[in-house]
Amino acid sequence: MYLNCPFCGHRHLEEFTYEGDATISWPTLDSQDIGSWTDTVYQRRNPAGPHREYWQHVHGCRQFLIVERDTTTHSIHKVEVAGPWAGETAPRNTEAKQ
Amino acid sequence: MSGFRLNNGGHIDRERKLRFTFDGQPMTGYEGDSLASALLANGQETVARSFKYHRRRGIYAAGADEPNALVGLRHGARHEPNCRATGVELYDGLMAESQNRWPSLDFDIGAMNGLFSPFFVAGFYYKTFMGPTRHAWMFYEKFIRKAAGMGKASMEPDPDHYDARHAWCDVLVVGAGPAGLAAARSAADAGADVLLADELPVPGGSLLSETTKLDGKTSLEWTRREIATLTKTGRVHYLPRTTVYGYYDDNILGAVERVSDHHPLPQAGQPRHRHWTIKARRVVLATGALERPLVFANNDLPGVMLSGAVRSYANRYAVAAGRRVVIATTNDSGYRTAIDLAHAGVEVACLADARHEPPADLAAEAEGLAIPVRTGSTILAAEGRKAVTGAILTELDAEGRPHGKQESIRTDCLAVSGGWSPVIHLTAQAGGKPQYDAERGQFMPGEVLQDWQPAGAIGGADSLSEAWQQGLQAGSAAARDCGLTPSSETSAPEGLDSRKPGSTRLLFQVQGGKGKAFVDLQHDVTARDVRLAHQEGFVSVEHLKRYTTLGMAADQGKTSNINGLAMMASLLDVPLDVAGTTRFRPPYTPVSLGALAGRSTGTHFRPLRRTPLHDWHVEKGAVMVEVGLWQRPRAYPGEGESLIDAIRREARTVRERVGLTDVSTLGKIEIKGPDAPEFLDRVYSNRMGNLKVGRARYGLMLRTDGMVFDDGTLWRLEENRYLMTTTTGNAGGVMKHLEFLLAAVWPELKVHLVSVSDLWSGCAIAGPNSRAVLQTCVSGTELDNDSFRPMDVKAAEIDGAPVWIARLSYSGELAYEVYTPAPHGEAVWKNLLQSGKPQGIVPYGLEALGSLRIEKGHVAGPELDGRTTADDLGLGGLMSKKKHFLGEALARREAMLEADRPQLVGLVSGNGQPIPPGAQLLDSKTVREKEPPLDAQGHVSSPTYGAAIGKYIALALLHDGRARHGESLTASSPLTGEEVPVVVVSPHFYDPEGARMNA
Ligand SMILES: [Zn+2]
Repeated sequence: MYLNCPFCGHRHLEEFTYEGDATISWPTLDSQDIGSWTDTVYQRRNPAGPHREYWQHVHGCRQFLIVERDTTTHSIHKVEVAGPWAGETAPRNTEAKQ
Repeated sequence: MSGFRLNNGGHIDRERKLRFTFDGQPMTGYEGDSLASALLANGQETVARSFKYHRRRGIYAAGADEPNALVGLRHGARHEPNCRATGVELYDGLMAESQNRWPSLDFDIGAMNGLFSPFFVAGFYYKTFMGPTRHAWMFYEKFIRKAAGMGKASMEPDPDHYDARHAWCDVLVVGAGPAGLAAARSAADAGADVLLADELPVPGGSLLSETTKLDGKTSLEWTRREIATLTKTGRVHYLPRTTVYGYYDDNILGAVERVSDHHPLPQAGQPRHRHWTIKARRVVLATGALERPLVFANNDLPGVMLSGAVRSYANRYAVAAGRRVVIATTNDSGYRTAIDLAHAGVEVACLADARHEPPADLAAEAEGLAIPVRTGSTILAAEGRKAVTGAILTELDAEGRPHGKQESIRTDCLAVSGGWSPVIHLTAQAGGKPQYDAERGQFMPGEVLQDWQPAGAIGGADSLSEAWQQGLQAGSAAARDCGLTPSSETSAPEGLDSRKPGSTRLLFQVQGGKGKAFVDLQHDVTARDVRLAHQEGFVSVEHLKRYTTLGMAADQGKTSNINGLAMMASLLDVPLDVAGTTRFRPPYTPVSLGALAGRSTGTHFRPLRRTPLHDWHVEKGAVMVEVGLWQRPRAYPGEGESLIDAIRREARTVRERVGLTDVSTLGKIEIKGPDAPEFLDRVYSNRMGNLKVGRARYGLMLRTDGMVFDDGTLWRLEENRYLMTTTTGNAGGVMKHLEFLLAAVWPELKVHLVSVSDLWSGCAIAGPNSRAVLQTCVSGTELDNDSFRPMDVKAAEIDGAPVWIARLSYSGELAYEVYTPAPHGEAVWKNLLQSGKPQGIVPYGLEALGSLRIEKGHVAGPELDGRTTADDLGLGGLMSKKKHFLGEALARREAMLEADRPQLVGLVSGNGQPIPPGAQLLDSKTVREKEPPLDAQGHVSSPTYGAAIGKYIALALLHDGRARHGESLTASSPLTGEEVPVVVVSPHFYDPEGARMNA
């Protein structure tokens, strides 16, 4: 399997680590609701088909990516950057900036 | 001795004679020979003994489908068993040995008339060794393993190296036969980047077995010129000797390039094999077809061969497989063999065609060459003892059963063809279930679930020119799918055969002959085994396969699967498509483990980490130990000093004077950003946001589930610059954890993290004299107790090297951690040792460091085992009530707060013996009664000899431990059987008030 890292381009699976379900919602820290925290930590759906998941380009740019992957075929539908750089979907063209 | 070399033709270089040996016997061949063709040319009939019955076996096929001719190559560490002689290129000096025979190929004890025969019928293992009799297996296993088997692997490490590479291309073409060459050409003409992989050493595939001239050249001359033209475009990369063995998800394929197998030794700098992981936008599969044999009595005698193989040997290698050939065919290809042999001057004694009406043109051509043709006839049984000497032919009725006249014809080579099966392995691996085409009598590729298209035989092409046309179209279509515009200039080479073959009479098995009839030659599975499986109620082909082991040998049943399932279908009285095929799995042909391991072997299996002080440790005779990936010094024994004595001396010196230890392995993360204080408050359970510049603080991190994750220190170096230290083992994990939180959970926080673990060299100087040592070498800061308080962090210099010094103590003594940029590490370390000489400084290793921290009751890896809460470790006070933090909510779950949770305690040995690591803590009643399961009260996490206490001590986790100080227990190690009486005490063995570190 290859992932098209928005920063580094197509790279092989061995450069990435799987970091779990990206559809999980996180309570705010002031929430003391044990139920919603256990959902966050333990409850996982196991969909057959398209799934959104976190991958980290750990042996590359170290960015966390949100990957839409079909769990039945391993087809990668989309790779996006997670976090503050969300929305960047194509490699940055440094030349274009000049 | 019946095979021989023809005087003319073939793609061999008669000027280049090669010497080789088979079982020590010297033989010769030519450049361009395979080992199999050379053995045939030297008249070698028996080349192997069979897997179970030790029957004589000869060369049967000419390609990857060869079931019999497995040999061992090379000697010593480079010995490689189970090499297909048909795929081994002959080189000068090659040494091959036959397998599975003793004492010799010609006289084999195991073959003594079915000595083992009764043991090896289908299901033998299941019936004999399951249930109450399975202990018998223990007794018989040795004999059976000896009798049944293949080659033996070398037990020495492989001296060669293997490479791995990733490749990207627009179009991957698998197979360089007519269809593949055409596909590569049209894709490249359209501008596509093309990888063209083929298992043979030369291009051409099936063209190599043709005698017709292409554009006036021999097929090999023509394909070589074609490859040269293609390569010159710069868009086609041709990979000979490369088997694409697997088609995986997302259009990724695995291939192995046999870089050096055709040399005695790999040439300088060359790997033996190179593994390719290929990501192709489109794939053209032009994998051709394999011929099916017929199943009949004694069909395994040396001299019985596939008809197409006999033709290949004659046309490609100029080797006649026999002097008087009989051919039994169900389709046109038998005629092609007969005609080419006759042209080469080899006698064809008879051509038996199972069909009643052969194509008129071929029949006429055969007649013109005086080849006797019998229609409606086929082979009933082969005759002969050591090799085939005769063929009993029979007429067939409408149902394909023998009837009427039978006749024996003298022969030394019986060529059979049951029809052709397209090589659909990769298409099936790509996800499509093979579809049976009743009209063609072939399994064809099923649904296309990935980005590939077929060309040639697997696309249903019947003639070479149709294969070429299909290849052109497939290449163009693939290029178009890559967004390119195909051109349409390419014309087929002149002379390409465009004759359409007639139909095939589906005849898989001929019953009624006397003798064993083999379905799977490599695994010695007979027609009787298949019948037995059916009688015993097996109805699925997958079960048939496992019960009889049909198709489970190294050849993956290339010549046997279809015949096996056709027989099963006939026994079940269902059509072939209802019976279905077994699943095709990678690899297509065996892949060496070396190729899969690539360079990740031995010391390259994983990285090795060394601190900036590594060389110094080694030079000073430190006993080094691997901790995770790190190399760390355990201790520095002096001349004649034991390791134990060294550890105790080092620990004592730290308590009494001063010591220096390497702490560079600690994880170090620099943190910046306006929201860093907020972030740190969230990830540590204790307050961190209010840490002042120039101060350090101990910190505890929880996992989201509320368990303790890691501990370490946080230094605020500047207003907007923090240095976080983590435990050595969790360095990577903490970094990842923090990165995840910033990316996925709190993207609104403006915080930046950089791992700086390798940028800093760190050492800890500890002991009552440590301040005095620093005072002699540190400039830029005052060090007295009032100016440099515990937990202070100050920038300073040591002999010009910049350092950060923090007054932190792990050992419980007055101590400082000194960090300097890694390049200065060794100079600073040496300077400190030099400066400390008058104070009696010694370097101390990991063991003394651990012993000192256990005496102080500090937790480390063995206590932070993912199952402990902050309160379990006596760190409940670090769970801040003034803020919210990660893990807080789930740390308040009921079970996390129970009173009898395991809690950190100290243990003192009651009998002067060491406390066994990992020992279980048992109460006296449990010890006395020994009634399993033993009820453990807790376990020993970190034992040591407490040099300052003068006793063997340990940290342990004990249920409700804090309330049990003073209790006597037994530390019992189930691993070593040791039992040591212990007394439970506070984990703070030494200086519990902390007077020494604050002095
Ligand atoms: Zn990246």
